[in-house]
Amino acid sequence: MNDPPPIGGAPEMSRKSYETVRRGLAKRRAAERRFRCYGLSAILLGLTSLALLFASIVSNGYTAFRQTFVGLDIYFDAELIDPQGNRSPESLATGDYGGLVKRALSKVFPAVSSRSEKRALYSLVSTAAAIELQRRAVREPSLIGKTVKVWLPADDDVDMYVKGHIRRGAGESARRLNDRQLAWIDELIEQGNIEQRFNKTFFTAGDSREPEQAGIWGAAAGSFFTLVVTLALSFPIGIAAAIYLEEFAPKNRWTDLIEVNINNLAAVPSIVFGLLGLAVFINFFDLPRSSPLVGGLVLTFMTLPTIIIAARAAIKSVPPSIREAALGIGASSMQTVFHHVLPLAMPGMLTGAIIGMARALGESAPLLMIGMVAFIVDIPHSVMDPATVLPVQVYLWADSPERGFVERTSAAIIVLLAFLITMNALAVYLRSRFERRW
Amino acid sequence: MFWGVKVNNRLLLAALGVAIAAWQGHAQARDYISIAGSSTVYPFSTVVAEQLGKAGKLKTPKVESTGTGGGFKLFCGGVGVNYPDIANASRAIKKTEFQNCQRAGVKEIVEVKIGYDGIVVAQSKSAAPLDLTRREIYLALAKRVPDPKCQDCGKLVDNPYQTWKQIKPSLPDSKIEVLGPPPTSGTRDAFAELALEGGCQSFGWIKAWKEKDENEFKSICQAVREDGRYIESGENDNLIVQKLESNPNAVGIFGYSFLEQNADKVSGASVDGVRPDYDSISSGQYTVSRPLFFYVKKAHVGTIPGIENYIAEFTSERAWGEDGYLVDKGLIPMPAPERKQYAADAKRLKPLSM
Repeated sequence: MNDPPPIGGAPEMSRKSYETVRRGLAKRRAAERRFRCYGLSAILLGLTSLALLFASIVSNGYTAFRQTFVGLDIYFDAELIDPQGNRSPESLATGDYGGLVKRALSKVFPAVSSRSEKRALYSLVSTAAAIELQRRAVREPSLIGKTVKVWLPADDDVDMYVKGHIRRGAGESARRLNDRQLAWIDELIEQGNIEQRFNKTFFTAGDSREPEQAGIWGAAAGSFFTLVVTLALSFPIGIAAAIYLEEFAPKNRWTDLIEVNINNLAAVPSIVFGLLGLAVFINFFDLPRSSPLVGGLVLTFMTLPTIIIAARAAIKSVPPSIREAALGIGASSMQTVFHHVLPLAMPGMLTGAIIGMARALGESAPLLMIGMVAFIVDIPHSVMDPATVLPVQVYLWADSPERGFVERTSAAIIVLLAFLITMNALAVYLRSRFERRW
Repeated sequence: MFWGVKVNNRLLLAALGVAIAAWQGHAQARDYISIAGSSTVYPFSTVVAEQLGKAGKLKTPKVESTGTGGGFKLFCGGVGVNYPDIANASRAIKKTEFQNCQRAGVKEIVEVKIGYDGIVVAQSKSAAPLDLTRREIYLALAKRVPDPKCQDCGKLVDNPYQTWKQIKPSLPDSKIEVLGPPPTSGTRDAFAELALEGGCQSFGWIKAWKEKDENEFKSICQAVREDGRYIESGENDNLIVQKLESNPNAVGIFGYSFLEQNADKVSGASVDGVRPDYDSISSGQYTVSRPLFFYVKKAHVGTIPGIENYIAEFTSERAWGEDGYLVDKGLIPMPAPERKQYAADAKRLKPLSM
């Protein structure tokens, strides 16, 4: 067997190698099966943790979309709410609407007399009720002098109790609501005067320190203005930079250096951009703190590298034959780029821009330095108004002691995730709809 | 095929418009109060701000949560609309910070003490109530403690205690497991100063060190062990409450307002024989408590609308009084005479001197 194989021993060789292959086959197949198992388990692990995350957020947060309301027969007493007696909005604005709520509550529970008990009773209804009644009276002055059943938001403690987040079993001292208050709530539930309804406030109000009055609209508007500034700056600048670097710039040491720097910038921790923004825009240019303008400028720094890298990749993927054809029939370089390369690269660029925007939407660290981690009640109406953004709102609520903010934190995360998923889905759609393959 | 160009031009124009708006905007005056500082004062400051906004006439002040030190840095940046009008602080202003203020032209500062904040050592309701002293807290949490074999010999060793029982036989035989804030937190600073340093001073020979070498003394007394018995749990106190609920052996450290809001889940351990509640903290019997302040830039009063109203609202009885709405949010009020004194000083805008 040790003899060298005879000339023309190909069949002998192939049989030998066939044997070798056959012997190793089971092992190779097992290795392949194992590898597939690893991949599958990696995906399963990822999906499980994602499902767990979603499940915990949704199960914590879905209750925040409903709010407890107390139904009260409110008598719109002209004496209390219309001091000047002329039903004008100015006069109605100075009325004592809290008094209306107190009277209605006293009517339901006439036995309550001592001062401290009254205080406990009145605290069942949110302080926002007075503002709501005032708005109603100004809108419909015909209500004055009549008794109408009005559904008013309950206090956050009542809301938490009705939703089952406050345990009845614990002693009185361990609860935010005392035994009398629980008895009153039970009576109101029996009468059918406590109901859970859709929480409109959550989607229309700005921040508040009372959970039942807090909403995410202010933060959503802040996020919108910030992203508008970011998009308006980073998209044109990013694409201009990408086109120049890909189509016009000479390939030399300088452009290499620029390329390395752009790739580096994409990996810089975002807080660094916040510090830069503080030093440049606020301290040097004197732009107002906490404004979406400064926030947008800082996030522009952060998203520019992402957009440039994505746009360059999109331009690179346009085949050179297109350019050569255009140049061949006499187009100038600029015409080639703007008539042919750019439209073909646009879907890829848009995808990059949307992913960059989604990242900017979820960013909170750089905004700390420029004053956007702040309590802001008034809803911003321009890029110069003080504002906060959705992820910062999540952070601020997560840190609030009131029990009602626990579910609202999760609800705000749900809203933020909904925005992110929409944006990423849009990116996928654009890619599949407009992408051309060669 | 020109759409690419057109879109780009339009976007460039939009960007230009934004830039121009920015330059015009920066000359505008600010018509709302700007407040920055401690995250401990933030919950109280924001409630007052919201009240002010609801009253109608004024815009709701903006309150930033930057931490006490960060707040002073901004506040002492100078006089003008870009600097905050009010700084919230969970400790008194330091001499260096005051000097920084003076150098930047912020000459007159009004100090307003608003009440107290207790730091509680809490555990799950289902656990047997703990009864600790500051000395035991120090022994449980410090990085280096006096040698257990001979506590008065003047020898420090790395913290050897693993269970509470090892510190004192009457304490439960469970592992020391303390969830608390990270070093960046003001609550942690205050806890280290009040509880750890307080307990540390019960050893006469360590106390004597203070005269010799203050820095060394501080590092002995305030350094927290890093062997996993003290678990840094982020700035989120709600998370600590949740963890305590699921682990009856664990002990958590956080502000009194979180204990108050979660009294059905956690209870506060007594420190030096005193349980944390309104009366004991307000009277100063509960030792792990600190005063809270806000500081007003006098130069801005009259320029920025509403600062006087904010001060008046904060120092009114319906806010910081014993039945006030700030007490509902967990503020521990000062005794009545002290409130009266501070309200009067605040009204006169009595400047701080150092």
